[in-house]
Amino acid sequence: MTDMVIIGGGPAGMSAAIAAYESGVRDILIIERDTALGGILQQCIHNGFGLHRFGEELTGPEYAWRYEARVRELGIPVKLGTTVLDITPEKVITATNPEDGIFKIEARAVILAMGCRERPRGALNIAGSRPAGIYSAGTAQKYVNMKGYLPGKEIVILGSGDIGLIMARRMTLEGAKVKMVCELMPFSGGLARNIEQCLNDFDIPLRLSHTVVEIHGRERVEGVTVARVDENRKPISGTYEFVPCDTLLLSVGLIPENELTKKAGIELDPITNGPVVDENRETSVSGIFACGNVVRVHSLVDYVSEEAETAGKAAAKYILEEQ
Amino acid sequence: MYDVAVIGAGVAGGMIARRLSSFDLKVCILEREHDVAMGASRANSAIVHAGFDAKEGSLKAKLNVKGSEMMEKTAAELGVKYKRNGSLVIGFNEEDKKMLYELLHRGEVNGVRDLRIVEGEELFEIEPNLSKNVVCALYAPTGAIVCPYELNIAAVGNAMDNGAELKLDFEVEGISQIPGGYEICSGNEVVKSRFVINAAGIYSDEIAKMVGDNSFDVHPRRGEYILLDKECGNLVKTTVFRTPSKMGKGILVTPTVDGNLLLGPTSEDMTDKEGKSTSPDGLAKIIKEAGENVCGIPFNKTITSFCGLRAVGSTGDFIINTPVTGFINVAGIESPGLSASPAIAEYVVSLLERLGADLKPKADYNPQRAPMHAFRNANIAEKNEMIKRDKRYGRIICRCEEITEGEIISAIRTNPGARDLDGVKRRTRAQMGRCQGGFCSPQIVELISRELGIPYEEVTKSGGNSRINISKTKGGADI
Repeated sequence: MTDMVIIGGGPAGMSAAIAAYESGVRDILIIERDTALGGILQQCIHNGFGLHRFGEELTGPEYAWRYEARVRELGIPVKLGTTVLDITPEKVITATNPEDGIFKIEARAVILAMGCRERPRGALNIAGSRPAGIYSAGTAQKYVNMKGYLPGKEIVILGSGDIGLIMARRMTLEGAKVKMVCELMPFSGGLARNIEQCLNDFDIPLRLSHTVVEIHGRERVEGVTVARVDENRKPISGTYEFVPCDTLLLSVGLIPENELTKKAGIELDPITNGPVVDENRETSVSGIFACGNVVRVHSLVDYVSEEAETAGKAAAKYILEEQ
Repeated sequence: MYDVAVIGAGVAGGMIARRLSSFDLKVCILEREHDVAMGASRANSAIVHAGFDAKEGSLKAKLNVKGSEMMEKTAAELGVKYKRNGSLVIGFNEEDKKMLYELLHRGEVNGVRDLRIVEGEELFEIEPNLSKNVVCALYAPTGAIVCPYELNIAAVGNAMDNGAELKLDFEVEGISQIPGGYEICSGNEVVKSRFVINAAGIYSDEIAKMVGDNSFDVHPRRGEYILLDKECGNLVKTTVFRTPSKMGKGILVTPTVDGNLLLGPTSEDMTDKEGKSTSPDGLAKIIKEAGENVCGIPFNKTITSFCGLRAVGSTGDFIINTPVTGFINVAGIESPGLSASPAIAEYVVSLLERLGADLKPKADYNPQRAPMHAFRNANIAEKNEMIKRDKRYGRIICRCEEITEGEIISAIRTNPGARDLDGVKRRTRAQMGRCQGGFCSPQIVELISRELGIPYEEVTKSGGNSRINISKTKGGADI
């Protein structure tokens, strides 16, 4: 029996672990599927993180390191390269990694901190072919920032979420030409500072009320058809325009990653797609808490850390009171 | 000189090659694409039809019923998932009902077992989520589902394990008769073979023309599909068809063997043999008609949409014949081609025997192939044994489908080995889940690069010019 198991070693998981430790829990385990802590922050090499938490502008890896350094200092155990396969309502966790194989851990309390994933092309039902050259913005970010490879040269971006905006600038800095960012809604969901710093500073047009209606190209993307949409978000005939490009990046929304949450029988909120939580971030299953983007997609990581502290403290209280 | 060259590594060509590999014959399979299962066998309804659709007495009817009977055993030998889930052809009115009785009769003439008309409450006992407007249905308990590309890959793999050779990226440009056989050219490459089997799908008419057979044409018929998340696979148990009309078979709703829900296909005659694009109208039609058949389809759980091209022959039936000596056409293999494929192979072998091929059974022929999803389907204790032997089975790469590094390596190393991202996807299901490769594709590119010894930026999605990355970044370092 382990007192507390935290699923996910991104900003939410690390912040929750630290808060729980500082509240008096010692038997904590962080399970992380990647080979390093930090979650998606590892690939967010731009700055702008930490203004609220630390009063300074950090890059993603710098922000993550503040927490990772503390996790190490406190000696909180971490299992890297380990994927959780199942959680039961009784808080039995099944996980796998190369060294231990598939194993089970029983926990007094669990904190869910699995984060979110990007909405893929398939979910949008965009017509056309299925060539290479279509990536969600975060995947392109991973290729560029983590792997050191450039997915394309002539880019159209659909969706003006923050990752899309950040990638517009990043691809431009790598020598690619970003032709436009199309946004289905009449406004952008991205941060104002990102529109300013990532689009306007580089003369990248933001086309509001526009979408991609068709993807062209057999082996590699050869272009997309974009169109203006009406107030019901339906493409307006006569506004169709072929835009040659070799790459389409999608930044069309993030979805909390709650497959494990469902396996644990936890009630989900149909609006946020995350678990229903109370003010302590406890879910409908007693002793299972959730924080960060797995609950709902946050605009700033600073708020994720803050919420995770709440969850960490509450989970610690739950364990200490139980004993 | 080969004994038999099979042109086309789709499910028909694959099944034929597998059957041929059971004899003492030197066999090669010629495929123009970067992988096998790249045509109609890749994108279809994944149904093993019971056999009531095809016209009485046709080759389609005969081979469909026979193939459907052979499929369970074939799939078991090849380690491929097969599920006899039954099918329902639903009717909304008296006119449909009349048609269903016609289908029932046709099916009985074709030799389909256990067909019956179902009405009233029983209908909803079989399929509770049917639309309340459904009044009757033809129930075919022998209808089944199978994963078509998995079957195709396994058939080619088994043929290779038994000695057949596979030549990919081999686009046949010319065939000429030489003493005792044929010479088949692709670029600078030449393959000589005593017999040639033309299983080239939508291009089989063009291959036939190369030996002077102008007796038929093949045109592509586009079928678009929408695939829903695994959460939705339980919405129906059977494959739900609509009563066929002049407008075709209409949109079906079916679970897949992997637990997804599949909707489609549209049916649209085309001219472009490479035009595998979905259309806004097609996708809208699927959503509308599927919703009329079954209640509560959660369209917001769509994970992808895709399109397949059926090879429609100009004769209305399968075209399996010998236009010139030593050359066999296996053309116009549209629906029910997948269902019929094991029987097509048997039929072609009988033709070959008549042409004088010496069919001596191979002493060490092994019809079995290790299941592609052996790890996935194992229990925890078995999985742990495998992880102990090979640690890479403990490392999850695709989180949505829970596919491990070990499974991906195996897909690259097992006949016919995956060489690109889509190849890994079809063999392992990695990238096929709800995130569609968003998280795992950079890792899979790395595994392909490492295993095949090709630079990271040269790894493709599906061969040719479909590179995932075009260059290193400005400061890009080797990984």
